[in-house]
Amino acid sequence: MNGAQDLGGMMGFGPVMPEQNEPIFHAEWEKRALGITLCCGALGEWNIDVSRHARETLHPADYLSSSYYEIWTKALVKLLASRGLVSPEELVAGRSLVPPKATRPPLHVADVPARLKAGGPCDRPLDRAPRFQIGDRVRTINFHPTTHTRLPRYARDKLGVIEARQGSFVFPDTNAHGKGEDPQWIYSVVFKGTELWGADSDPMLSVAIDLWEPYLEPA
Amino acid sequence: MQNRHEDPHQHHGHDHHGHEAEGSALPEIALRVKALESILVEKGYVDPAAIDAIVETYETKVGPRNGARVVAKAWSDPAYLSRLRTDATAAIAELGFTGRQGEHMRVVENTPPVSGKPGRHNLVVCTLCSCYPWSVLGLPPIWYKAAPYRAKAVIDPRGVLADFGVTLPKATEIRVWDSTAELRYLVLPLRPAGTEGWSEDRLADLVTRDSMIGTGLALTPGARRPGEAA
Repeated sequence: MNGAQDLGGMMGFGPVMPEQNEPIFHAEWEKRALGITLCCGALGEWNIDVSRHARETLHPADYLSSSYYEIWTKALVKLLASRGLVSPEELVAGRSLVPPKATRPPLHVADVPARLKAGGPCDRPLDRAPRFQIGDRVRTINFHPTTHTRLPRYARDKLGVIEARQGSFVFPDTNAHGKGEDPQWIYSVVFKGTELWGADSDPMLSVAIDLWEPYLEPA
Repeated sequence: MQNRHEDPHQHHGHDHHGHEAEGSALPEIALRVKALESILVEKGYVDPAAIDAIVETYETKVGPRNGARVVAKAWSDPAYLSRLRTDATAAIAELGFTGRQGEHMRVVENTPPVSGKPGRHNLVVCTLCSCYPWSVLGLPPIWYKAAPYRAKAVIDPRGVLADFGVTLPKATEIRVWDSTAELRYLVLPLRPAGTEGWSEDRLADLVTRDSMIGTGLALTPGARRPGEAA
């Protein structure tokens, strides 16, 4: 969807502000927000694409005025409510009002190292040949779905070249909406700066974007 | 969105001292997270000790020193560099670095100019969210997740580099990697001159986090690390 998360090429935010001696967390609540987000993910009620979509469907004004851990927390509240795990009434009351829903067992402290070490690989076998070869010229599709996609606006309807094949992976456009993993080939597609941004672009700029096969047409 | 911090009281961990009265001074988001955690624990969805363990992992175990070891080894060991090029995930796992947000790794190499061919500088961003190679760099810095960087990196990377005090020759190719998928990118910075024969440990000390994102360069021998007191 064309939400506030799709920031590539936007202007007016001012300079990037690196911090000297930057702390890993800027407040105690950020630590808890990270922890509850990961622990709730482990309940198996949603996947990473559902999570990302919950974040990008925040109101644009809310998204742009929130820090990233705030975005995570606001999206988590939405997900917990939508899956019937924690209701808005419970959040207001500050306590449980109805019995818990049956989920996967919670992430136990003893399992944390193994779980973090294992991660959640998203590559999936695919028994059809890739449509494109390295060196092929491709054009990205022009579309504006109201649903989740990982083809950024700035790279739609643009000419690029396949630089590498990255394997086959879960397709976020379906996986974010309960329509299955529908694995697809991913290609590293390289776009010239001038193709993306016009004649004024830095002539030495190129942008590589990992794109799923359905985003691409031969050119 | 950039660097939005709350009440400076928070930075000193005053909420740990157990003064209930200070609870009212907490920002709304802190109260909200606190309430949420307490309900999640009460309902049995979350083990609070698991939160502590996750936080401890990224505060003390998984951070940019991991990535620095990968870079130092790649600089020192041509066979290792070759394995990194072929299968970065496996080569990085050789050093024990695996896991969440590092499941599918790629290493992209900065190159010097060679006989008329321009050098290349790589810069990594996630314009759509905050994808970052946690297993080798730890949690992303606040600026990496904030709008200014995500908006500007793909259209004006030299401007971003200037924000970090880095200027590259006009002739240098700039390649930006927008991490839209589950592949995670680690930049292999140029090895600084004057480090011939250095051990991997010594070399690793020159490898900053920013040099592995592409917003910085590796330190030259004798240089101070960014943020170090003069």
